[in-house]
Amino acid sequence: MAQSEQLLSLYKQMLIIRYTEEQLARSHQMGLIHGACHTYVGEEAIATGVCAHLRPDDAVFSTHRGHGHALAKGVSPREVVAELFGRATGCSQGRGGSMHLFKPEVGMMGTSGIVGPCILQAAGAGYSFKLLKTDQVGVAFFGDGAVNNGAFHEGLNLASIWKLPTLFICENNLYATEVPFSYSSGNPHVGNRGPAYGIESLTVDGNDVLAVYEAAEEAVQRARGGEGPTLIECRTYRTRAHAEGMRDAGYRTQEEVEEWKERDPITRYNEWLLENEEAGTETLAAIEAEVKEMVADAEEFGRNSPWPEPETVSEHVFNQR
Amino acid sequence: MRELTYVEATLEALDSAMARDPSIFVVGEGIGERGGNFNTTVGLYEKYGPERLCDTPISERGFVGMCAGAAMTGTRPVVDFMFLDFILDAFGELVNQIAKMQYMSSGRLKMPILLRGAIGIGHSAATHHSGSYYPIFAHLPGFRVVVPAIPSDAKGLFATALQSDDPVLFLEHKSLLFNRGDVPEGDYTIPFGQARIAREGSDCTLVAIGSMVDKSVSVCDKLAEDGISAEVIDPRTIAPLDMATVLESVNKTGRLIIVDETFQPCGVGAEIAAQVIDQGFDDLDAPIRRLNGAHVPTPYSPPLELAIVPESDDIEQCVRDLLAE
Repeated sequence: MAQSEQLLSLYKQMLIIRYTEEQLARSHQMGLIHGACHTYVGEEAIATGVCAHLRPDDAVFSTHRGHGHALAKGVSPREVVAELFGRATGCSQGRGGSMHLFKPEVGMMGTSGIVGPCILQAAGAGYSFKLLKTDQVGVAFFGDGAVNNGAFHEGLNLASIWKLPTLFICENNLYATEVPFSYSSGNPHVGNRGPAYGIESLTVDGNDVLAVYEAAEEAVQRARGGEGPTLIECRTYRTRAHAEGMRDAGYRTQEEVEEWKERDPITRYNEWLLENEEAGTETLAAIEAEVKEMVADAEEFGRNSPWPEPETVSEHVFNQR
Repeated sequence: MRELTYVEATLEALDSAMARDPSIFVVGEGIGERGGNFNTTVGLYEKYGPERLCDTPISERGFVGMCAGAAMTGTRPVVDFMFLDFILDAFGELVNQIAKMQYMSSGRLKMPILLRGAIGIGHSAATHHSGSYYPIFAHLPGFRVVVPAIPSDAKGLFATALQSDDPVLFLEHKSLLFNRGDVPEGDYTIPFGQARIAREGSDCTLVAIGSMVDKSVSVCDKLAEDGISAEVIDPRTIAPLDMATVLESVNKTGRLIIVDETFQPCGVGAEIAAQVIDQGFDDLDAPIRRLNGAHVPTPYSPPLELAIVPESDDIEQCVRDLLAE
């Protein structure tokens, strides 16, 4: 069980993700974001609960829906917002945008526009750490859309045979873009696929930050201790459209969306903190105010940041030593 | 100087680098105890153990993607594909991840991954064990593409590839693997993007790639008996491509033939020809000619296989015809 300070830090982290993305959605409507913007609204508990156990030298590999992973791994809202605004101060200096957020200095090894490769790359980080005899771990975050891709099969098998220190975190939000997982998967469960590869696996409520936190704690300990990988299916839901500006209809009902909004991970956690007297309303309000200010500052920073210089466009195709 | 085969030369470079740098590891099918289908890792398993000589399942996409992640986190993977054709199962990982990683991360990440495999037509290997594919990789930003023709180059270029922080495709023509040649002892590197003049001459320039280099040199030695002086240039790396050496040679000879086993359309010869026209048009005394493998999948039957590769007679005729222009 997390300590009080940690409990509040989980709350703050979820709010950083939520408020940053709500700001990104507004900025997208204003035309400040030039490309795609897939939000993580409703899924914040997962990145928060997992990354709470990671050190800056642990490596996270993420997906197209990766703002939450970047923020939870320690990329600042300023760097995320500036990157989506296409500015030189963004975490990828304007070369990436939403789907290519990188900050290896804090172990954020990239979000990706392709579904699946993060699973293999996280296994590769595990291979490095095993070879170099460190106790670091590699973590892949991916959606239900990735689990019927060959990368999942190959990556889990490789991690299993070499007992790699890797966590495979499946964020099952029930839809791959707009195709239901119930339609696209012969096996409707992800959390029971571990035995097929000889690895540990389980399913948790992905909208319960403490459930994720506890499952991840055990998996990280297992990985650091040389006991191999774990697959964790986190059942969750994205309450906004697949991407900002996209029509969000024709594949799910408004009733379903409303039902999941009732299970909002932040509201639930807020209530839990109050009920269990882990925090008072004033403390939580102070955290909310602090995060709002942080996000307003990030937006302003992004908007006022310089554009990248066109002369630099060919830099970094190759290593420049 | 002592002689080594092409494969022994790369093995020497690999062994020496692995002894120095514990972050280098090799993955592939049968590269552990067995020492590799083409003897690329013979004796290394005993020295460096199973984690650094890591046998894999037949899971090309899996282990290539995995090695990308390893290269991003402090180690230096060497992927031994045996036959390069198998790399195609990992094409998405190569193009979307490995080649773009440094750029996407604005240079914050390095991608020190060496991808090696046997290429080329011969021995009735048929079409799933004969591809070369290097024009495809040279087309894309982010790859270094190395195609050595002789053992000493193979060693020096392999050593460079093992030190590179960029992804390198190291492509070894099957017909060259067991050729012997003088190879210097000790460590040395050969920079990428520096062509080798395999034979000097003044009447005509042949740019030959991989297995076409020795073949072209033999043809030109024979033509010398008829007073024809032809120069043969081996680019050694397709990306980067040493156009300065080619342009200098064409300036001297006024005539250019590109001899390449891979396909003609959108190929290396097309690129070299275009650059010579751009930058050396006034030096040309005749049209540029290209000799390529036929634009077909590789057939199995010996007479069919022979029909698709540029042979010595084709090269000789091409030079004679061009000099008559």
